[in-house]
Amino acid sequence: MKDASGIDDGTVLRASGLAKTFVLHTQGGVEIPVFAGLDFSVRAGECVVLSGRSGCGKSTLMRSLYANYRVDAGRIEIRHEDRIVDLATAPAHEILAVRRRTLGHVSQFLRVIPRVATIDIVAQPLRAAGIDAAAAERRAAELLARLNLPSRLWKLAPATFSGGEQQRVNIAHGFALARPVLLLDEPTASLDEGNRNVVIELIEEAKRDGAAIVAICHDHEVRNAIADRLFEMPGGRLAA
Amino acid sequence: MTKDDMTPILSVDRVTRRFGDLVACRDVSFSLQAGEVLGIVGESGSGKTTLLRVLSGTLAPQAGEVRYALRDRGPFDLYRGLSEPERRWLQRTEWGVVHQNPRDGLRMGISAGGNIGERLMAVGARHYGEVRGAAGDWMAKVELDLGRIDDSPAEFSGGMQQRLQFARNLVIQPRLVFMDEPTGGLDVSVQARLLDLIRGLTRELGVSAILVTHDLAVARLLADRLIVMKDGRVVEEGLTDQVLDDPTHPYSQLLVSSVLQA
Amino acid sequence: MTLVMETERTAPDETYNFAYLDEETKRMIRRAILKAMAVPGYQVPFGGREMPLPYGWGTGGIQVTAAVIGPDDVLKVIDQGADDTTNAVSIRRFFRRVTGVATTGRTVEATIVQTRHRIPESALREGQILVYQVPIPEPLRRIEPREAETRKLHAYREYGLMHVRLYEDIARFGRIATSYDYPVMVNERYLMAPSPTPKFDNPKMTAAPFLQLFGAGREKRIYAVPPYTTVTSLDFDDHPFDVQSWDEVCALCGAADSFLDEVVLDDAGKRMFVCSDTDYCEDRRAAGHVGPEGADEADAPAGKKP
Repeated sequence: MKDASGIDDGTVLRASGLAKTFVLHTQGGVEIPVFAGLDFSVRAGECVVLSGRSGCGKSTLMRSLYANYRVDAGRIEIRHEDRIVDLATAPAHEILAVRRRTLGHVSQFLRVIPRVATIDIVAQPLRAAGIDAAAAERRAAELLARLNLPSRLWKLAPATFSGGEQQRVNIAHGFALARPVLLLDEPTASLDEGNRNVVIELIEEAKRDGAAIVAICHDHEVRNAIADRLFEMPGGRLAA
Repeated sequence: MTKDDMTPILSVDRVTRRFGDLVACRDVSFSLQAGEVLGIVGESGSGKTTLLRVLSGTLAPQAGEVRYALRDRGPFDLYRGLSEPERRWLQRTEWGVVHQNPRDGLRMGISAGGNIGERLMAVGARHYGEVRGAAGDWMAKVELDLGRIDDSPAEFSGGMQQRLQFARNLVIQPRLVFMDEPTGGLDVSVQARLLDLIRGLTRELGVSAILVTHDLAVARLLADRLIVMKDGRVVEEGLTDQVLDDPTHPYSQLLVSSVLQA
Repeated sequence: MTLVMETERTAPDETYNFAYLDEETKRMIRRAILKAMAVPGYQVPFGGREMPLPYGWGTGGIQVTAAVIGPDDVLKVIDQGADDTTNAVSIRRFFRRVTGVATTGRTVEATIVQTRHRIPESALREGQILVYQVPIPEPLRRIEPREAETRKLHAYREYGLMHVRLYEDIARFGRIATSYDYPVMVNERYLMAPSPTPKFDNPKMTAAPFLQLFGAGREKRIYAVPPYTTVTSLDFDDHPFDVQSWDEVCALCGAADSFLDEVVLDDAGKRMFVCSDTDYCEDRRAAGHVGPEGADEADAPAGKKP
């Protein structure tokens, strides 16, 4: 991404002047301002961890970067293939295209159709990107194996899995397709140490491949292992 | 981005439909991209079903226009730009309509295979073996037992009837499918299976779809984008996850907050 | 007893207008017939009248005949190919009374043949009129019950549904089992019900030199196939149209090319096959043809009823 002077500094995602206020109409129209005038950017190969006290809007920022939440002001520019797309104003189908090929998101909870088999869930982003079924399944199997999910579970739907197992399916789903920008919301929250280390490895590998990563992570060890830089939330700083 | 991605397959411009003093749809505008699944959500009486009828060529609006991009000829005003036989031809060759009640979308006096085959014969198929082969293929695709191909759909369960209705609509490889509460009358366990099937088939075939539902969970699983209707107006529009996770209009917030989280 | 089918022209019963219907009604029906001839296969609604016979006894055909018949015509009436069944006898008697026209059992002598369920075996010629009695004029009715919709299907030539019926036949019986009222396309435009004639007779309808008029009394529809109009029986590429055939020949006249009726002769299940067209059978026997049982039956009255 080029700055005003035309210099490309490797930035792949840049938010500027972001503002977000929730208006709760069902509760008498109460307004909850989360942030305003927020600037944020991340470069290829860099991992930025959002930091600040709980409730300061880390998740809101991350969801805004994914265009899951709509911002009231500002721009969210992302390098999508050979162009820059502003996710704050892009039409729906363009946002979906960016998500399909450029911008990945691992949320805290797995949300899937009840009946679909684990391996198919993990392979789905690869299939959506046009990778053939066999190759997609190979990659999915490889990831699930690395994350120590027993292969007897692969053909089952994850609805009945434990929290940790579901989280690993979620991570495999998020990492299956190598995307230039990856948003990770508490990726290791319910994992044991061994699997935590696998996730750290996956993040390291993604960085080496040039992915820009934005993470929310309360675990200090993991944070220290992955973060190149901390982004202090404006609200978090005020409170500190 | 290719040019095809840019041209909407369906565009709706300030459509209004009244019934006497009642305004069922008021000034509705939106567009649908090729390959996109658009959900129309809202409570009963919000004008969803009337809008679907206007969009699918069975109810002319009093104001505004619905433009559909024909496969070979580009965009036409559905009502003023096409004659009735042209519109009916379009409905047979490029569209599918899935009704909430499968009895409205199936011929109960005709076998399952005949129900699927009818769509092919309606566009000129005159080889019995090929019609039957295609009917069998689609029975399999919607996970119906091939051994039931000559049975009447009246003997099928609700879920099976609904799958048959999908097969009957998808067999002609439509470009646009209209669905009205497609999982409405079904048990929850049957719903999940059908939803998975619908999602898989629409994605695989790359069909565009307009889905009317009051069930936000169904909308989340199937729709790329949502419009929220209230009293005949569109009150909110956006990506499905935007509208459901960050609704901004008071009515959308009420709608979302009224649903039990699963 | 032998029924007298041949009668000379006589004076009609003066109580009635010629051919029973008033002139205004006949003109109305003739206009409908002309329209039907102009649009072959298209069902023209007409203001059908009450006739002195119940619906189902050929009131549609009778009104058509009444509208076209003149004092010089020679009328033949058949029911299932036979001139001597109740329906045929009473219709013939009706027209003799209200028109005084000559009647005949011989196809070749008739100028108008009113029929229920058969086309005569002997080829009709130019100038002859075949009037069909039609119970259900709409071929799509069994599959599409909505009248407004069937009209659109005809208007826009959307006839895929008719093939669904044939599909169902093959799926169920392995072949197109529809054997009468077999749907046809007229002039490559309108789908038409040929009335409950056996499909055996369908090939006689196409490019025929005679005029074919169809009258449906209950549903008040008239349609027509003008001379030399194409009439094609619907089928599938891999299940082409074919007609019934028999291993037997007519027991009386030995015909191998006519539509045969199976007649049960006794309680022991003895049966025989005879021509459904009584006139054709008689002609052949008069010309010296003899079937396997023809010698013994030579003096018996012709027809399917022993």
